Amino acid sequence: MSTPLYSIPGTAPAASAPEAAAPAAGARTVNEVLAKSQVEAVMDELDRDLIGLAPVKQRIRDIAALLVIDKLRANLGFAADGKHSAPSLHMCFTGNPGTGKTTVALRIAEILHRLGYVRKGHVVSVTRDDLVGQYIGHTAPKTKEVLKRAMGGVLFIDEAYYLYRPENERDYGQEAIEILLQVMENNRDDLVVILAGYKDRMDTFFKSNPGMSSRIAHHIDFPDYSSGELLQIAERMLQAQHYRFGEGAHEAFAQYLQRRMQQPHFANARSVRNALDRARLRAASRLFADRDRVLTEADLTTLMPADILASRVFQAPAS
Amino acid sequence: MMTNPTGRVTQGQFSFLPDLTDDEIRLQIEYGLRKGYAWSVEYTDDPHPRNTYWEMFGMPMFDLKDAAGVMMELAGCRKTFPNHYIRLMAFDSTRGVESIAMSFIVNRPKNEPGFGLARHEVEGRCIQYKVHSYATDKPEGERYSG
Repeated sequence: MSTPLYSIPGTAPAASAPEAAAPAAGARTVNEVLAKSQVEAVMDELDRDLIGLAPVKQRIRDIAALLVIDKLRANLGFAADGKHSAPSLHMCFTGNPGTGKTTVALRIAEILHRLGYVRKGHVVSVTRDDLVGQYIGHTAPKTKEVLKRAMGGVLFIDEAYYLYRPENERDYGQEAIEILLQVMENNRDDLVVILAGYKDRMDTFFKSNPGMSSRIAHHIDFPDYSSGELLQIAERMLQAQHYRFGEGAHEAFAQYLQRRMQQPHFANARSVRNALDRARLRAASRLFADRDRVLTEADLTTLMPADILASRVFQAPAS
Repeated sequence: MMTNPTGRVTQGQFSFLPDLTDDEIRLQIEYGLRKGYAWSVEYTDDPHPRNTYWEMFGMPMFDLKDAAGVMMELAGCRKTFPNHYIRLMAFDSTRGVESIAMSFIVNRPKNEPGFGLARHEVEGRCIQYKVHSYATDKPEGERYSG
């Protein structure tokens, strides 16, 4: 094709330098890239806002460091040749419920966006229902539609292991996986896929889909929170809602956590949030019962030990 | 006298310009997406100016954020119909507009035979004119294969 006689807005004058449009053109030091992309701010936020998750944070720092160094290499012309110079950034998050997989996915999208690896930085969060169709010929357009919506951003597939149902050989999940793999490979520059799910189920999923496993560069495991970390998370959540623990309520909540963690279906931070929501309900009922009292600011923002100790877990026999 | 000396079909936007490159198409798509339009891909091998409704290639694409999705669909359509007319259309769903806001041709057959003007004499020696596309002399699907 002949080159046009007019200039195209948004493209660099040299047609052979698409990297020039990236945010960190011409930077020579790590600091310059960081300053231009503001990725440091997101990473600090990640450190500050998310409690625990040390291995996850370390891995994200590693990935961010690689991307920054890659950017510097590209500026000096050391980019890998060919069309797919960008490193593969597809990830898999495994961990128990409530360990922050979705939250971290949102942050990752922002980091990748600041570094210019995804163009728009939005997150499209889907589950099996959004990808797999109900009859023959329904799956491919449905999956493609989701993929097209996610392009320029991050596709977050929650509970990805449901895509593959070995017990039903006529299940359409396999078709969705094949299209997913094809786009993950061919449109690597256009979108980043993050799979999330429980550790053991994801392991069996990858065992039956080796192609998927090998196309995902980063397998990140989210550890469970310790009780101390959960307490910190609870404090954070209350702070965000303008509540606080009253006298003795902190200890009561620590006891609550001790007991709740022994019980089945404990979902880490999500259980903490639910427990706090229930405590707020009880606090509201307590204040509601006393109709003639003038309620001060402290009354309205404080959770008392009684609100927490009324929980079901304290009534259950400690067996 | 030739009114359209390049012999190219001129329908929609940019049709008097040289063909848009993929980068230029991408920029137009980005512009439409920023405006909140939904893009769709259509094709035909009957370029008559009154042929308004072309065949849809897949569904219209709503809720896209990036041009890559539309470009992927366009690449698929070009692969399937390399010798058809392909156009991109942007649908504006704003209440009160609810119609196509942009439309331009992104793929053309290698050679476009153009149109003839047929004259038909009726009662009272009145003349009725008819625009006739030479391509449609052949059956559908074979029009631009040669």
